[in-house]
Amino acid sequence: MKDIVLKVEDLTVAYQNMPVLWDVDVSVPEGVLAAIIGPNGAGKSTLIKATLGLIKPLSGTVSFFGGPYKKNYQRIGYVPQKEAVNWDFPAIVLDVVTMGLYGKIGWFKRVRKSDRKSALAALKQIGMEEFAQRHISELSGGQQQRVFLARAIVQDADLYFMDEPFAGIDIKTEKVIIECLRAMRKRGKTVIVVHHDLNTVKEYFDYVLMVNKVLVASGPTETTFTPENIKIAFNSEMPLREEV
Amino acid sequence: MFDYTFLLVLGSCIILSAASSMIGLVVVLQKESLVGDALAHAALPGVVIAFLLIGQKITLLLLLGAFISGIIAVILIYFIRKNVNLPFDGILAVILSSFFGFGMVLLTFSQKLPNAAQAGLKSFIFGQASAILLEDAYHILIVSTIVFSLFLLFWKEIKIYVFDPLFAQTLGFNNTVIQLLISSLMMVTIITQLQTVGIILTSSMLIAPGVAALQWTKDFKNAVMLAMVFGSVSATAGVIFSTIYANVPTGPAIIVVMSLFAIFSLIFGSRGTLQQHLKQKKFLISK
Repeated sequence: MKDIVLKVEDLTVAYQNMPVLWDVDVSVPEGVLAAIIGPNGAGKSTLIKATLGLIKPLSGTVSFFGGPYKKNYQRIGYVPQKEAVNWDFPAIVLDVVTMGLYGKIGWFKRVRKSDRKSALAALKQIGMEEFAQRHISELSGGQQQRVFLARAIVQDADLYFMDEPFAGIDIKTEKVIIECLRAMRKRGKTVIVVHHDLNTVKEYFDYVLMVNKVLVASGPTETTFTPENIKIAFNSEMPLREEV
Repeated sequence: MFDYTFLLVLGSCIILSAASSMIGLVVVLQKESLVGDALAHAALPGVVIAFLLIGQKITLLLLLGAFISGIIAVILIYFIRKNVNLPFDGILAVILSSFFGFGMVLLTFSQKLPNAAQAGLKSFIFGQASAILLEDAYHILIVSTIVFSLFLLFWKEIKIYVFDPLFAQTLGFNNTVIQLLISSLMMVTIITQLQTVGIILTSSMLIAPGVAALQWTKDFKNAVMLAMVFGSVSATAGVIFSTIYANVPTGPAIIVVMSLFAIFSLIFGSRGTLQQHLKQKKFLISK
């Protein structure tokens, strides 16, 4: 059995008086590409944010690599939804990618030339090096997503959480991103992704977490991503073409 | 014309404008320009209460009063935002008008007192840059130096926090500390400006240079420097103008120049309206 990199126990989250997640218990093994799936408003993003402590859960404990978050945060990467940032901020692509290194650089210290070099290498990996000097407001949705991914690459974490990296991009970018995620998995990294498109779950991911306010099921895609579980998670006939 | 008073006023205004443009740019990027306005207005009751308590016009103590009532306003604003379902601008408007209204009531009351010292209190509303004394200049110099140094020290942290706060937090940066730093820098800058440009125009001095700078550059460092240039050039022009024409007040003159910079940049800046429009047209033609 592989090591467990993420273990969530009893996680309950509420916004004001509305419960969003109830009593979630889930663990994710090392080296998988995992998808969090569920209908809109099921608490997929919330699960990630509460796990990382970005929102305060009502109850629950989370451990990473068998230890607390505070001890291991440098091994954890996060890619927010691209709507979460201000794309009019005065910065070029290279600046944003370099931010992936700010944690390692530490408080007060300046960005060095070698940091920019690493950032440029990450951009190259994802086919964006020619955009390095471009202002971030001049990017398409797919390019913005790739910039975020380059920032994640340069961060060089062991466990990644990505909030909808496939939202609002074209097929070509989707292929680039999934190739990049597969390359990460190959190097032993674990990637947990909020995903919307049920049609690509089997092709892209080897592990799934199915949520709808509660954890419906979790495990390897083959045994967990079943029509019965999908039905429970989405609470109605599922809109899946090939699987039925 | 280049006498002692002139140089004192000029130097103070340049340094203060540069510092406030720096922190103002961040406030603009955070889309919290109105917070600055609310804080400036919220300072009035603090000034008057401090005067009523001590009975004379000791500038530093009056500004301390302004600082305390500003802090109370900040706490109220964020408390209401967290616990009451109201749009943020609505909350700001309520706090701004209630504090300022209360301040005006106290001010009118204090004007009726048989104490000659209250005469200068009104100058906090519109400011009185031309009456800067040496001790005020020192005060401005100290505050501006603190703002410059802390801003440079926390450069990287401020940048990532304003652009992507969630990501910053996952990297181990403490967002509460950074926001507290930004708010305190804004607060001390605003309080210091009360004397020169006054409550009503303070937020323009904070915001206008930043707005102008953002129309020209796509780089954070350049934007900060450009905002400071716009700020200090406006201060210079305003002070000179008000010295030549004795009837023109200094603070408002500075603000007018700053606003002209902002309007010009919004239209003609390389990232301004006109250029964006031309780019679109060019794109359509080439298509």
